[in-house]
Amino acid sequence: MKKQIALTVNGVKRELLVNPQDLLLNVLREQLGLTGAKYGCGIGECGSCTVLLDGEPILSCMTLAVAVNGSEVTTIEGLLGSDGSLHPIQESFLEHGAVQCGFCTPGMILMAKNLLDKNPHPSEEEIREHIRGNLCRCTGYTQIVQAIKEVSLTRKA
Amino acid sequence: MNGKDDFKIIGKPIPRHDAWEKAFGLTTYAADFSLPDMLHGKVLRSKYPSAKILSIDTTKAKRLKGVQAVLTAKDVPRNESVTRFGQTHTVGGGFEGLYRVLADNKVHFLGEAVALVAADTEEIALKALDLIKVEYEPIPGVFDPIEAMNPNAPQVQEGRSNIITHYEVVRGDVEKGFSEADVVVENTYRVQFVDHAYMEPESGVAWIDENGVITIRVSTQVIEHFRGIADVLNLPHNRVRVIGTYVGGGFGGKEDITVEAFLALLTYKTGRPVKLTYTREESILSHSKRHPYVMEYKTGAKKDGRLIALKARLVSDAGAYVYLSPWVLLYSMVDAPGPYRIPHVRVDGYTVLTNNTFTSANRGFGAPQVCFAYESQMDELARRLQMDPAEIRKINYLEKGEALATGQVLNHLVALKETTDQVLQVLGEKPLSKGKIRIGRGIASGMTSYGRMIFLHDTSRSHVSIEMDGSVTIRTGVQDIGGGQASSLCQIASEVLGVPLDHIKIYIADTALTPFAGTTTATRQLYMSGNATLIAAQEVRKTLIQKAARMMDLDPERLNLVDREVVDQGGSGKNLPLTEVIKACASDGLPLYHVALFKAPFRTLTQFERIEGDVFPDFTFGTHGVVVAVDEETGKVQVLKIVSCFDVGRAINRLSVEGQIEGGAIYGMGYALTEEVILKEGITLTPSFSEYLLPTSMDLPELETLLIESGDGVGPFGSKGVGEPSVCSVAPAIANAIYDAVGIRINELPLTPERILKALRKEENDENPLSRHR
Ligand code: FES
Ligand code: FES
Repeated sequence: MKKQIALTVNGVKRELLVNPQDLLLNVLREQLGLTGAKYGCGIGECGSCTVLLDGEPILSCMTLAVAVNGSEVTTIEGLLGSDGSLHPIQESFLEHGAVQCGFCTPGMILMAKNLLDKNPHPSEEEIREHIRGNLCRCTGYTQIVQAIKEVSLTRKA
Repeated sequence: MNGKDDFKIIGKPIPRHDAWEKAFGLTTYAADFSLPDMLHGKVLRSKYPSAKILSIDTTKAKRLKGVQAVLTAKDVPRNESVTRFGQTHTVGGGFEGLYRVLADNKVHFLGEAVALVAADTEEIALKALDLIKVEYEPIPGVFDPIEAMNPNAPQVQEGRSNIITHYEVVRGDVEKGFSEADVVVENTYRVQFVDHAYMEPESGVAWIDENGVITIRVSTQVIEHFRGIADVLNLPHNRVRVIGTYVGGGFGGKEDITVEAFLALLTYKTGRPVKLTYTREESILSHSKRHPYVMEYKTGAKKDGRLIALKARLVSDAGAYVYLSPWVLLYSMVDAPGPYRIPHVRVDGYTVLTNNTFTSANRGFGAPQVCFAYESQMDELARRLQMDPAEIRKINYLEKGEALATGQVLNHLVALKETTDQVLQVLGEKPLSKGKIRIGRGIASGMTSYGRMIFLHDTSRSHVSIEMDGSVTIRTGVQDIGGGQASSLCQIASEVLGVPLDHIKIYIADTALTPFAGTTTATRQLYMSGNATLIAAQEVRKTLIQKAARMMDLDPERLNLVDREVVDQGGSGKNLPLTEVIKACASDGLPLYHVALFKAPFRTLTQFERIEGDVFPDFTFGTHGVVVAVDEETGKVQVLKIVSCFDVGRAINRLSVEGQIEGGAIYGMGYALTEEVILKEGITLTPSFSEYLLPTSMDLPELETLLIESGDGVGPFGSKGVGEPSVCSVAPAIANAIYDAVGIRINELPLTPERILKALRKEENDENPLSRHR
């Protein structure tokens, strides 16, 4: 019944045995102990479970693990530098107070990374548009948008 | 160390220590924690809002392989007790309500817990829920609080009236006041059920530790529920330990017991660790909501704008259980007249049981509801008197030294004129309307208490110690719900002890190991535990300075602690490394720690019917100004700008304070425009985020946050609390701006396009062209 799949998670190759109905979110959290992706709604309405699949954001609560066999997955834990250093986006989130309870933060930061990888200097409008599916109940979004904008400004073109 | 400019750490915009781990995704929230051999818990919930339970058959569920426990009310050692929220004595006055763990012979609202399951996997637990057979007999319920007040209405809880409480506030002679009024405005306001919608659903893990103590690691605002949980199990209080995790949002929704009692029961019965996390749907269906109110307001003023009389009748829907409803109502009672000087006042308030989802704390705790009413009334009065809305407010704002209608004297600065002036200045000129898009501006002011009601005899404790290497440890039972509660305490200790922030470590929220600090509710933590931590740190400081003075042969008055050194400020140039002083203290056997107890001022309330005298330690005052664009064709409102100005007393961490105020503005905007838990005959029609509409990044207006630092609060360094006050006056400011834009006033939240269109159409058909104002 179980199926073997191979994923590259945060740069490390992992062979996993999963049930056909297992969600990527649960495989990451329970089998791999990567709890940075969160359960917020389970039905694609909050963005707390966002991870990057081959660089593109997906909702891991809506994704079957077997369906992404062979892909590369980046979770928030994968942004930690090998020397323990912060990614510039994380640093900017801290400086702008964009982290309150922090529950939406992993999803937000991965969305920001995806945006800035594709578009190093997005407008405020583009930033807001990009994170529209990620809910945050604490910050009121302003500090998050500012944090993302600031990274794009300080980056060399 | 008293002058504002002397602060090294206080007031600076410093990234919080907990934010680092959160940004790395490393913070272990309640659901991120697991133990070997752990079971998964699930709750069977009532399908009806009002029904008798004829029978429950659990045989099939129990027989399912992998199921370890199926529990119903008869398995709960003490299924019924009273709700408590950290108060150490019985308050009376309806403040202690019924706490029932599992429904026994009746269900009272949709989603009430009926049975519990623990199984080897979540899938098996879900299957087991399906196998439990409950036979219900639906019975008539009551879903409207006004109807529920009728003595012939169905009784929600057996053996008691649906009316939980009646309170009154009386000052002067209200009828005489109205007879002297030149203008009287009368309106009925309605506000809705609201969900807290924290991103983290309720969750926890429980286990029995090696000493036989039931240990529950849980996302909560109140670790001191351990007492109530022990009562449920009929265990001594010291046999239950609650560890609070960093909370993924609370807003009052994790103030009641959520998963804790269920977890305790399941782990107690199975002997194994158990995890229970609510689904989002379950969270919306079953946890508390913000109280809907019906508010009849009658306000009278003189020609020159002076308020003379106010009469209000408040009815709040408590849902099926009492929980915090009387508390919330009491807040509304005190705040109902608003921050205004009114010689004649009468307020009557009722909170009433219905078969709706139960209601309890939600950010603002009864203050935003009445603020919507009193601030809409103020704008209506301004219109009738053809006065400027800001002017009429300024004539009537209370000032320091004056009393509320309850008689409580405001002993601290009431910075309302200041906040309003600043808001108006930043709001600037009103942009021009274009075609069908009408632009409007509105303001509203509010008052919200911080700190608990003083008859609760509130206390907090904090333990501060300094280690041999000069690093500092704080231990305090504070729950951190994302507002930077723990981090502010580190800043306070850092300031007092002259030790850099990264040399400070804080342990929070553990009933076995940290001294009790009370609830993270009522915007009380900075005030209460901030003061406790300040006192504890000052005591340690005193020990160090006195020892250093002897070692340096200097007057202690001359010494200060700066950057891990004792520095002579008297100009001798002498200084001493802090570690040397610590060593000397240690070898003298001097205490290098202090546990401080901070007591809020308190008094006992002898009667509850009429609310008189001091109720709160202090209030936070502020004003919101907004600019909206209303589309006359679709009724859609876009908020273009929100300016918030608060007297925060003193900003301990500027980033955190601004974050609270900005987050509060958007929380209030959701309340005003889109958020509503819709219940039809007790059935929730909005159990997901596609029906329950939260603000997203696309709805984000331009936000401006202005701080006044009067230094006149009762918190450490003269600070005030701002977490809840930040929400209070957003909704009426938006309603007032909509009026300014299109000349219609809607007295019911949320201000949906449908309501606005309907009102616009009605205005169009109206004969009298003067009734619509621009
Ligand atoms: S948990 Fe996946 S979108 Fe909410
Ligand atoms: S910081 Fe709490 S949900 Fe975003």
